[in-house]
Amino acid sequence: MLFSYPQKKKKVKKKILYVMSFLIYWFPEFEELNPLHFVPVLVDGDVVVSDSYAILLYLEEKYPQRALLPAADPQQRALNLQAASIISSSMQPLHMLSLLKYIEDKFGPDERLLWVQTHIEKGFLALEKLLIDFAAKYATGEDVYMADVFLAPQIAVVTMRFNIDMSKFPTLLRIYESYKGLPEFLASSPERQPDAAR
Amino acid sequence: MDADTNNDDQIDIGINSSSSSKLVLYSYWQSSCSWRVRFALKLKGLIYEYKAVDLSKGEQFSPEFEELNPLHFVPVLVDGDVVVSDSYAILLYLEEKYPQRALLPAADPQQRALNLQAASIISSSMQPLHMLSLLKYIEDKFGPDERLLWVQTHIEKGFLALEKLLIDFAAKYATGEDVLMCFWPHKLLLLL
Repeated sequence: MLFSYPQKKKKVKKKILYVMSFLIYWFPEFEELNPLHFVPVLVDGDVVVSDSYAILLYLEEKYPQRALLPAADPQQRALNLQAASIISSSMQPLHMLSLLKYIEDKFGPDERLLWVQTHIEKGFLALEKLLIDFAAKYATGEDVYMADVFLAPQIAVVTMRFNIDMSKFPTLLRIYESYKGLPEFLASSPERQPDAAR
Repeated sequence: MDADTNNDDQIDIGINSSSSSKLVLYSYWQSSCSWRVRFALKLKGLIYEYKAVDLSKGEQFSPEFEELNPLHFVPVLVDGDVVVSDSYAILLYLEEKYPQRALLPAADPQQRALNLQAASIISSSMQPLHMLSLLKYIEDKFGPDERLLWVQTHIEKGFLALEKLLIDFAAKYATGEDVLMCFWPHKLLLLL
């Protein structure tokens, strides 16, 4: 069972659904699953795992089919873990909506915008440098691995939400074009989720 | 940039990497992320060369260090031809390559997931929000009072979540009777 929250595209319904979804996170049942009130949370029988990085590693161990970490090459393996960690530690926490709301409420919308652009571009620049010598069709070679699982949604979300100019990051932009053709990426996109706003 | 590698702490009789390579750790003494890796290396009995990167002097921006980590963060681990930065990635790399003194419990998937999760809460939801470069940005823009409020808000939020997460599992250590990956950096040092 996966607890999730898609993005809302339509502004008219956005606020209502956002508030409703936000309220869900404060229900006692959800607090029981994740005291940080974040999605996603994965329930696998008796095991409950929250935090996407921890969930990915749990899945990789328990369901080793279609490996998300390359087995043979330790550098490539480390690169995937590193790229995923850059996104989950140095990028996403600094632009999650609750934090941006805090910044906007305290310091105003201009500061919010500057904050977002600063931190996202810093992270993408680092990823560009990190991956430029390894990327091929995907982030670390010819196959989709954990770095791609983190990078694809990251690019999709920030370009749509914050209008980031990806042309500054040609390697990432090229990789992103490859993701667009992946049926698994498309099937997992926000618009195709059961709770997507219509 | 190199620290004194004759430090007695480094001359351990322990399990070494292969004879053809040596572990090298780029670290800053006050960095909690570097401390995580140092702690893990000690637990696993791994000998390594300590290379100090003085963040207060901007040594993380040197061309040599940029080559190792374009994000200019410590720690960075060099193991022969393999270069790994980011403490979480380094810990997982060490766990796979040097499985002695395991940092992830093998037998219990829930305990294993718990360690990964707690470590991720710290590395994603806490430390990035109080690293010194960010706090400097906040203080420069919004003043010292905002800096203090920001730090307290995010650290307390994270610790409260960890408290709730671990309360039913903690014993002598975070998830039981053994020290595992769920590490607790000494956050007071970062506030100096």
